[in-house]
Amino acid sequence: MKVVVCVKQIPDPALPGELNPTTNLLKRDGKLILDESDSYGVEMALQLVEAAGGGEVSLVSMAPNNEMSGLRTALAMGADDAILVSDENLAGTDALGTAKVLAAAIRRLSPDLILAGVESSDGYTGTVPEMVAGVLDLPSVTFAKQISIDGDTVKVQRQTEAGYDDVECKLPVLLSVTAGVVEPRYPSFKGIMAAKKKPVEALDLQGLGIDLNTVGLVGARQETIRVTEAEERESGEIIVDDGDAHQRIAEFLGELKVI
Amino acid sequence: MDFSKNEDHEAIRDGVRRVCAQFPDEYWREKDDQHEFPWDFYSAMAEGGWIGIAIPEQYGGGGQGITEASIVLEEVAASGAAMNGCSAMHLSMFGMEPIRKYGSPELANEILPGVANGTIHAAFGVTEPDAGTDTTSIRTRAERDGDEYVVTGAKVWTTKAPYCDVCLLLVRTTPKEECDGPTQGMTLLLVDLKDPAVDITPIPKVGRNAVVSCEVRYDGLRVPVSRRVGEEGEGFRYILDGLNPERILISAEALGIGRVALKKAVDYANSRVIFGRPIGQNQGIAFPLADSHARLQAVELVIREASWRYDNGMDCGEQANLAKYLASEAAFECADRAMQTHGGFGYAKEYDVERYWRESRLMKIAPVSQEMVMNFVSSKVLGLPKSY
Repeated sequence: MKVVVCVKQIPDPALPGELNPTTNLLKRDGKLILDESDSYGVEMALQLVEAAGGGEVSLVSMAPNNEMSGLRTALAMGADDAILVSDENLAGTDALGTAKVLAAAIRRLSPDLILAGVESSDGYTGTVPEMVAGVLDLPSVTFAKQISIDGDTVKVQRQTEAGYDDVECKLPVLLSVTAGVVEPRYPSFKGIMAAKKKPVEALDLQGLGIDLNTVGLVGARQETIRVTEAEERESGEIIVDDGDAHQRIAEFLGELKVI
Repeated sequence: MDFSKNEDHEAIRDGVRRVCAQFPDEYWREKDDQHEFPWDFYSAMAEGGWIGIAIPEQYGGGGQGITEASIVLEEVAASGAAMNGCSAMHLSMFGMEPIRKYGSPELANEILPGVANGTIHAAFGVTEPDAGTDTTSIRTRAERDGDEYVVTGAKVWTTKAPYCDVCLLLVRTTPKEECDGPTQGMTLLLVDLKDPAVDITPIPKVGRNAVVSCEVRYDGLRVPVSRRVGEEGEGFRYILDGLNPERILISAEALGIGRVALKKAVDYANSRVIFGRPIGQNQGIAFPLADSHARLQAVELVIREASWRYDNGMDCGEQANLAKYLASEAAFECADRAMQTHGGFGYAKEYDVERYWRESRLMKIAPVSQEMVMNFVSSKVLGLPKSY
């Protein structure tokens, strides 16, 4: 079985991010790390291949400056190889443009299954996986919390507000994996060392056969018009216990209709 | 000179941080309070291959050097695990080097893979109640009886002894007075700590309470000759090889404790508001922390020189000793300043700096006292007359 995982490399969320004041785009010129929300997809893929008794996990990523620190982390977890698309004309690419690029890279691999995180931790559009499926003309199932393969069929528990739906679908298919549904493994020392030697195919737009006018700022159909500071949260009410704190807390929760 | 970042080292730091992030301050506080060995942490580090990083690949290890091992331990300490984390794995990382270097292939093949993957816990027994740094005066003796040695005596400060399967033990096989020189007549044996002839008693101590240090008595323990490491009478020479790497590793652990203590102090100094402003705005608080930062940065360079020299087969006695001296001073001073920055809360266990303070104090005593380092530097480096 061949599984492709879409992997986004993002600026370290632990560090203060910065926007380009002209384009309102997140600056991504430094070291990028594996988006935690994609680590669940990587882990899920590795588990599926292990359960199938063999197969291959390939990664697909689009990032500036041939940045592959985050890809190396995913390779260190156990993925076999990767395609990295990097091209200066991709700066400012919107969700659909990203989907076109990822789809073009995925097409080269002819996978049985494509996994992606539900949404990235920096952009949060939550639309790219389904757009990739759309471009590839494949079915997609969102919010997968449990996945199993049975022959040429994938069985998915699709998370809902109330619980989950059981969904079945013929392969090939794209699934977006809900964050937190598996425990991503930590790269071992040997995994880290082995990752250095795993093949990463670096491609630009020309190599992928993508028209420059359909991606980047030029091809973007989305535009960030304005950025405003998030409002600071108001401090909450502090209840000091003078013997009636439990009543006041109960009243407060009652007002919120929680109880 | 090349100070550019080494990608492998950055990857090692990142990998170790990811594992250590699962074990927050509360975990270490509890393990220290309850005097419980951090099994979960140990297993996670073993599983990731971090414990075996410096053991050769042929034995299932990572085949890296002391530089990489010291980076692992620095990161473990800096995660807040401090010595409770480091001591849980320290000895497995390099302590069995004499077996690799001087032991029989059979012994190496039997022991090293298990040490590398964490399934065999090993201890090291050199120090005795009446022979601290004066190693040649040890009185634990082994007498040959056919194909066995019979070991009798006592060791102190044997780390992790109750959990260890084996112990690399330095014994006298020839009385000191019958030898040509005091360093002769000592032999290294790999002994079974689970044998009924071994009696282990934990020593109550100030800190690093998740990892016990013990008095270990050997009362007629029979050890097969096949468990002798190298030649009889050469044991002292074999353990000397391991002293410099041990000092380098301890230096890195001290550096890590200094780093976490400094971070806690800076975070607190930024967030604690008194008289209408953060206390870190006062130079009386800020300057000692800035000074500690300077000292820790300098210590890192001294450690890197020492480990680089060791890994490149060069003599590193001076550098390893200086690293241990400077790192333990800088770490304890930094932990003390972190406690001072926290004021009364620094004395409370909840803020963790008291744990760093207790643990870093040990580094000025072990594995060699600051005074013995000064003795080494005075006589061996500066050429002054030996004082003892």
